[in-house]
Parts: sequence; structure tokens; C-alpha cells
Amino acid sequence: MPVSHALSPQAIALNRFGLGASPGAAPDNPRGWLLDQFARFEPRSAGFAALPDAGAMVTAYQAERRMERQNQPAANTPGVKDPALLAARQDYGQQVQALYRAAVQARSDAALQTQAPFIERMVHFWSNHFCVSVDNQPVTAYAGSFERDAIRTHVLGRFEDMAMAVEHHPAMLIYLNQNQSIGPGSMAAQRSRLGGDPARRRGLNENLAREIMELHTLGVRSGYTQADVTEFARALTGWTVGGQDSDRPGNFLFRDRQHEPGARRILGKTYHQEGEHQARAALADFTHAPATATHIATKLARHFAGDTPPPAMVARLAGVFTSSGGDLPTLYKALIDSPEAWLPQPLKFKTPWEWTISALRGLGRGETGAIQMAAVQRQLGQPVWKPGSPAGWDDVSASWIAPDALMRRVEFAQRLVSPLGDQIDARALAPRLLPASLDPATAGQVAMAESPASALALLLVSPDFLRR
Amino acid sequence: MNHPILGRRRFIACAGAGLGAMLVSPQLVLAAAQTERRFIFIIQRGAADGLNIVAPYADPAYARLRGDLAIDPATATKLDGTFALHPSLKQTAAMFAAKQALFVHAAASPYRDRSHFDGQNVLETGGIQPYQTRDGWLNRLTGMLPAVQGQRGGHGSDGAIAIAATVPQALRGSVEVSSYAPSALPQPSDDLMMRVGQLYAHDEQFHPAWSAALAARDLAEGTGAKQDPASLGRLTASFLTKPAGPRIAMLETSGWDTHNAQNNRLAAQLKALDTLLASLRDGLGPVWAQTTVVVATEFGRTAAVNGTGGTDHGTGSVAWVLGGGVRGGRVVADWPGLAGNQLYQNRDLRPTIGLDALIAGVAGEALALDPDHVARVLFPLAGGAKPLTGLVSA
Repeated sequence: MPVSHALSPQAIALNRFGLGASPGAAPDNPRGWLLDQFARFEPRSAGFAALPDAGAMVTAYQAERRMERQNQPAANTPGVKDPALLAARQDYGQQVQALYRAAVQARSDAALQTQAPFIERMVHFWSNHFCVSVDNQPVTAYAGSFERDAIRTHVLGRFEDMAMAVEHHPAMLIYLNQNQSIGPGSMAAQRSRLGGDPARRRGLNENLAREIMELHTLGVRSGYTQADVTEFARALTGWTVGGQDSDRPGNFLFRDRQHEPGARRILGKTYHQEGEHQARAALADFTHAPATATHIATKLARHFAGDTPPPAMVARLAGVFTSSGGDLPTLYKALIDSPEAWLPQPLKFKTPWEWTISALRGLGRGETGAIQMAAVQRQLGQPVWKPGSPAGWDDVSASWIAPDALMRRVEFAQRLVSPLGDQIDARALAPRLLPASLDPATAGQVAMAESPASALALLLVSPDFLRR
Repeated sequence: MNHPILGRRRFIACAGAGLGAMLVSPQLVLAAAQTERRFIFIIQRGAADGLNIVAPYADPAYARLRGDLAIDPATATKLDGTFALHPSLKQTAAMFAAKQALFVHAAASPYRDRSHFDGQNVLETGGIQPYQTRDGWLNRLTGMLPAVQGQRGGHGSDGAIAIAATVPQALRGSVEVSSYAPSALPQPSDDLMMRVGQLYAHDEQFHPAWSAALAARDLAEGTGAKQDPASLGRLTASFLTKPAGPRIAMLETSGWDTHNAQNNRLAAQLKALDTLLASLRDGLGPVWAQTTVVVATEFGRTAAVNGTGGTDHGTGSVAWVLGGGVRGGRVVADWPGLAGNQLYQNRDLRPTIGLDALIAGVAGEALALDPDHVARVLFPLAGGAKPLTGLVSA
């Protein structure tokens, strides 16, 4: 990052660790303020708690579709359009979109209302680390529940437990096609072969297995081979989502008849476990592997100490990850104790999500209200839960600083502040958002703006406010 | 040469004159590339399935490996005695028939593992290993354009543009480039834009980016662009046809990672890309004759269908070369075959042509640069791989 005005420890706690300052008083003791948040975090915020049940929505629709296929085979013929069917599909599509938008509002409201903005930031971090992408309807429906039940629930727990919850969640099982993967030697595969209909023949899909190893735990180029991926994919067979006829509709279900029988050899270790426990055991081992500790430590250091993670900090965090058995609060404390994360120059360019949340918090907004955050984030280039790839959004400034991206922020800032010009004095607000840290050049531009609204917009798009 | 530059910089010039703030460096004004050739790179993110885009229907192993996914040559466009084009690619087929499109099969970057993100990094940086090279080959190519080459200190934002809000890895590097994507947000007031320019005047990251944003916005004025493939094609063409506009553009497509339900998904993907290419061609009009488009993906997909009606991460795939000057109407391949022992690691199409050799040769000929020199600049780590030439009329 280019040299800019030095940030005070207060400004760093509020903006780099937190989600951006609110107009209220700045903390006297920045480190203490961060540590106190562990007790203040609300895993089930009101918005998240109120979300409708995605599983019920998805499975009811799928069961309905199956019934229709059986009753009216003609409805599936390409070119034949049954109006009732089309209407049902449209209804379902609208319900799914409504649920997604509500979940994005819940996420945003939690970020605006929280007494624990550092922990909320960690939620966003893990949600991106273990990301799903809302590229199809079922994942779109489940995305809010994924963040609530797999990420928020475990953000102050152990890494292993979060990983288990993530890989068992329907959003992830569907996103990375695990729900369809069937052991080639399983009962289900044998049955389909006897049935003789080659179109219904099903088998292995290695997508989830690969991304667990590459992205969620060990990290790419950490020494596993294609054979390890395939073996882990075999171990994972049977991990699926229950349909309406099952006893776990819309939830994780282990289907033994789809599981590949036999022991599996992964990274030199043989897994003799039966059923679901085979992949559980391998996944648990991955979460405690040294490669995973380094992988996670690198990403955390990059998030707080700059695009090029300082090696000493990575080594220290990896050590804490390992010695604590992946205990996340211990890891966060080590992060807060890392001098590399307190350097006074800005270390990160805010992503569109970070910038929008910090702008809303800075303007003192207590809830998203009429602002449709899903649409806003799409316009700013970071649609929520839709990174488009299982690697999640990049966490380096080169991915976000671009001509058009800056222009979008200016556009949005102007729209955001237009009703606020006569209510908020940007000259008074600026030093509250960046305590003892505002660049005099920015202060000067803000003071010279042609209108109060323009002054607010300039503050929000100033270099000081775009970085943390 | 024509000199409409002051016209299209109307806003910047006025703002600068009115307040005595020079927002644009003299280099930027002079940065328009002195070439009439255009080069477009379209990346297919997610590993596009070359074996079903240009299907080797005559390979005896193809139908067996692909099962229900196999392209039926009866419904596809036969390109020659070995290959057939996916039936969704109707406009592309017409370009092939007009000898304005060719395919290079069994092609791959030097990357041989199966991570999308590492694979895309190698494809875009032009390195051999992931994250070995920091900037992108398309940025280095932009730096080789005649006018951009001579200037110091970057700001060559007229050389290349990303049709995206952010700049993809292939275009990142020391030569400043622009980016633009259609926005639904209301345009800020001229006063605010000018003041933001002042706010960024001394910021080494934001100043060049902001200058490029103003220029791109000015170029796009009046196109009424939207995000659908036809609109993106028209928008890209509108940038490239401006006399002093960019000469290099990059577009990103995603959604090629067809692990399941591949038949429908790939058909929809290809239809969108086909529409984009046709609208590029139509929008460029006479400039199409001087334009070359390369379409490539980070790696291919498994030769065999997987257990869920899709394909998993593989190795070799197909690259596309299109444009008015392309010596098209053929499939270029040193076909390795799909029988068990011919496959790479018994599972993937074995690459026999390097994407770096292809890109160096095509970009060199397309932009009237020396292909060997292009190869050395774009792929310095490839150890002087011989560029694949003869694909574009020089």
C-alpha cells in the first residue's frame, strides 16, 4: 500500500479488526475492546433467526416436481409447456430469491447492529474461506442457513467443528455435487447397472473431495495426489441431502447404499471406518494437519497484516493453531497480539462488502432498511455468497482496485448520502470514523466540498476510508 | 492520424481547465496505441470441456468414454473427418465455414495439476508454476504495442481494457489498463467526479485507476450497455472501434465447471459465448477484418463421463481463434488419441500443443509483432518455446 497518513490504534481496532467505526465514542482501550467482543457476539441474530426453513422449501418443491414427472410424463417433454408447471416453477424461483434477499439483509443487519464487529468480521472471513456460490436455486435457498448454522455457530469454537458443520451442510453438499456422488461398487450403483438403463447409471463425483483438500483444509500443492483425492471422494460417498420421503428432509443424510464399501488409503493412512465415519475421520485428520495450520494462518495474516503475509506472523499463527488444536478464540487472541496487524500505515484495500458495511456504519445506520444489499453488492462487484468459484473472493487489493470498481463506489456513495446532507456534518464525522488518523488533505477536500452531501460522499470514497 | 482525443476527453479537459487541476498526465493523452490491429482474449473460467466443444467424433474411444454426454455427429457441425462442433455454436460454425475461425485441439498451458485457481493463474500470468509470475501476459503484450511502448511511467490506459469492474490477472501489471462494465447506479455529478479526482491526485494507486475510469466512461457514453452476452459484445466492439480507443480487450466467462448435468449446462454456456462472439463480429463491422479473438480455458475435463452426468477436472482442452484475418476453416491438432494408454494419466486428453506457443504466435501475427519476440516477453520462463505461427494473416 502507498504511504498515507498514520492510523491510530483506535482507528486500527475499529476499521481493520472491526467493520468500521460508528459515530459513537471510540474505545479507550483498543485491544481490550476487541477481546471483550468474544462475550458479546450473537450467533443467532434476530434477522438470521427469523429466516424461513430453506430445507422445507427445497424438498417440498423437489417432491412436487417428482410427482408431476410420474403423473404427467408429457410435462417433461422439451417444448411442451404446462402452464401450471411453469407457474409453480416461477413461484418457487421467487420464493428462493426472496429468501436469499432476506438472508443478505439479515447478514447486513447483524453487521450494522452487532456489539462484536471483530467477530462478525471473522464470520465473513470464514464464510468466504468455506464459501458456497449461489449459482443455482437450491444453493441460493440454503446460503443464509449455511452461514448461520455452519459458520456463525462455530466462529468461536474449534476449526474442526466448523469444518464438520460446513461439509455436512446441504448448501455445500449440493454446491460441490457431493449429494449426487455414488460409490461405483456401492449397492446403489450395482442396482442401477442391473436395471440396465444406462442413463440412470450413477457414480463418483470428486468435486467436494478435491475442494476440501485444496481449499478448505490442507491447501493446494501441500503434497496430496490425484489418488488421494479419488480415495477421499470414495470415502465421502453416501454423504447427501435427505429428500421429503427420508427421515431427514432437507438435511444431511448418510445413505449407506450409496457408500463405496471397503477401507480407503488417503495420504498414507488407511481408514477402516464404516459408513459416514470414514470420511469424518479423514476430514478430522486434515483439519489437524500442519499444512492446514499454515494454510489458515496465511489467509488470516493476509486479511489483517496485508496482501503479502509476513512470514513470522504466519509461523506464529500456525503454531498457535496447532498447539490449541484449532481453537479459534485462541487463534483470534494471537491475531490481536500480532504487532504486524497494528502497523500504522493502511494495510488493506476494503472489498466492496467491507466498504459498504463501513459506510453504512459510519453514517450511523442501525439497519439496512430500504437498502437492498443484495442488489447493491451485485452493482459493486461482490454479490453476496456468489464468488462464482469455490475459492471464494480474493483477499488482495489488486483484485479490487480497478477503474470501474472505484467509479461504482463513487456512484453508490453519492446515492447513499443524498438524503443525509442536512443531517450529518462530514467535517465533524470524519475524525470520529478515523480517530486521530485523518489525512489533512482529505479533511481539506471534505471541508471545501460544494455541498454537505458532497462532503459526505467525498469522505466515504477518500483514500483514508477506502483502506483499512 | 486522426485526433479526436480532445473530443472524447471533453469532460476531463473541461474539469481540468475550470479548476486549474490537471487530472490527466500528458502521457495519458498520448497513450493511444499506434496500431489498427485489435486483439481480444476471452477466458473460460472453470475448465471448459474441449472434448464436447470440438468433439473428436471419429476417435473410436470417444463415444464409449462419453456415454450419454457424447456429441452426436448427426446433430453437430462436422468440421472435418475427425472433429465436429457443438450444435449450440451456430454463429461460430458460420465463421468456421467463412474461414474466420479455427480450433487448436489438445492444447494446454504448462500447468499439469487440477486446481482451477492455480491453473487460471498459470494461464493468465504466462508462468510455468502458479504464482511464480506477478503480472499477466496480456499486460505485457499491451506494453509491446507501438505507442504504449515508448512512454515512461505507465498510464497507458488506452492500450487495453477489461470488460469487467475489476482487472483480471492476465491484464494486471506495470502498464496501466482500464476497466469498464455496465452500471445500473446513477452517474455522479460532474462536480463530485472532479473533486474525487483531486482527492486521488497524489495517490499512486487511485490516481491512474480513476483517470482510466473517466476515460472508459467517456468512451462508453451512449452505448446503453447491459450485461447480457449480446450487449457485452456490442460494448466491447464500441470501445475497440473508437479511433483512439483501446486495441486490446479481455472478457471473462465463467460457469464451465460442469461436474454434473453437463449436457444442458454446456449447451447454455456455449450459446451465450456464441452470441457474444457474433455480436462482437457484427459490432466491429469493418474492423473485424483486423481483429483476432483467442478463447482459452485453464485446463480441460476428464475424457470419461463421471458418475453424475458431468466431467471432472482434466488436462488438455481446445482453444479457439477467430477473426477477419484468421486463416480459419480448420482444426489444428496433433491428435494424441483417447485410448487408455494415450490418455494423460489414464484419464485426461493428453496435451500436444502449448497454449503459450499458440498465444505467442497468434498475438504476434494478429498485432503485426515478431512472434519470437512476443514469446520471449509473454512467456519468458517457457524456455523459448517455438510460437505457433501461420494461424493469422500477418
